[in-house]
Amino acid sequence: MSSKPSEDQLLIRKIRDGIVIDHIPASKALTVLRLLKITGKEGLRVALVMNVESRKIGVKDIIKIEGRELSRDELSIIALVAPTATINIIRDYRVVSKFKVEVPDSIEGALRCLNTRCITNKPNEPIRTKFVTISRNPLIIKCHYCGTYYTEEDIEKML
Amino acid sequence: MSKWASRDVISMIDFDREELEELFELALRMEKYAHSRLSLLEDKILAVAFFEPSTRTRLSFETAMLRLGGKVIGFSGEEATSIAKGESFADTIRMLDVYADAIVVRHYLEGAAKYAAEIADNPVINAGDGSQNHPTQAMLDLYTIWRELGRVDDITVGVLGDLKYARTIRSLIEGLSKFRVRKIYLISPPALKPRKELLDILERAGIRYEYTERLQDVIQDLDVLYVVRIQRERLPDPVEYERIRGSYRVTIDVLRRAKDSLIVLHPLPRVDELPYEIDQTKHARYFRQAAYGVPVRMALLTLIFDRADKVP
Ligand SMILES: [Zn+2]
Repeated sequence: MSSKPSEDQLLIRKIRDGIVIDHIPASKALTVLRLLKITGKEGLRVALVMNVESRKIGVKDIIKIEGRELSRDELSIIALVAPTATINIIRDYRVVSKFKVEVPDSIEGALRCLNTRCITNKPNEPIRTKFVTISRNPLIIKCHYCGTYYTEEDIEKML
Repeated sequence: MSKWASRDVISMIDFDREELEELFELALRMEKYAHSRLSLLEDKILAVAFFEPSTRTRLSFETAMLRLGGKVIGFSGEEATSIAKGESFADTIRMLDVYADAIVVRHYLEGAAKYAAEIADNPVINAGDGSQNHPTQAMLDLYTIWRELGRVDDITVGVLGDLKYARTIRSLIEGLSKFRVRKIYLISPPALKPRKELLDILERAGIRYEYTERLQDVIQDLDVLYVVRIQRERLPDPVEYERIRGSYRVTIDVLRRAKDSLIVLHPLPRVDELPYEIDQTKHARYFRQAAYGVPVRMALLTLIFDRADKVP
């Protein structure tokens, strides 16, 4: 390990309890926050770094969320927009767990279906969206209700 | 107990070949009761909830249930509209689930039947949702092929018309994919080409298929020609619509080059894609196809209520 800590290592170290989402493809950090439905209004302390150098992926974004630990399931949907992302769970300044995100078999509630004739878009209906993963590379997900296929470029519109 | 007992009927995907053949065998036995009466379901009530009108499908289900001695409750048309305004779809389904032993749902929104099945404890039968699924239509389409040609394997099928939006197409293709079909020709104007979702079904099933814009190029290969309507509202340009309508009409002339044994099917109602002169040809089977709707739905209800062993 080099004696001089890099920019992102500094960021990780500063956090006491929470999560660090590392290796997000450059410029995708805001999309990741939208996907996690973090707007800032929750009062969470959130730090965001965009376009920093990465040995692994060239240029990357990093997000640090303090005071809230998201479950592995909640975090796995990050893979929809940031397949290279890694998660560091921090407790008392220490990384207690580290893993790569992977698109889950099904995605519930996080995305909306773009098909206006889909039952999930019916107003005043107590229904939660659900998408089933058809393929991870390339990404194809299917609406559980109407069967419409979506690919990587559709995801941002579905948030 | 048959695998059919208490099943939801949402999509053709959920049924395998053996189950479909079980349905066909029973439908064949039901044919002789389609104009009489078989007291199998006298203790059963079928709810028929049509949030979108479809007289043919509704009457076919109601007739099937009545022929089996069962009772029918339900609504359609304006009554459906006012119910839909008053409460959520989920609440309407819960209400019907209390009154009836099975629910037939027709809805203009895609996925509505699947959602209903998640809510209801009793079986839900999809009678068409949006442009997605219409499994009981596909069951009677396949039954017609099985009945008229004696097999569903080793046939070449042409599907003609609106392959993008027509609701019966997807279910038909899903159904055909359960059999060893030789080849499927997808015939449509470029604007109404099948979607990726449909092609994916064919690819996953390993069925040979080919897209073409011209029926006349493939007619001589076909054992089955399945025709669906091209609706005006699908084509925004009226000039384009008129042109397409003309060139996707089945004519006596094009049928001259067909095999003698070719059968022409259509889910009905038709507009002018099947002119009346076709009715007189040896190929026309769409009226018989429509008539098979009753025995097939009688068989379906009998299987779902697990009374097949009571059929004499
Ligand atoms: Zn949908």
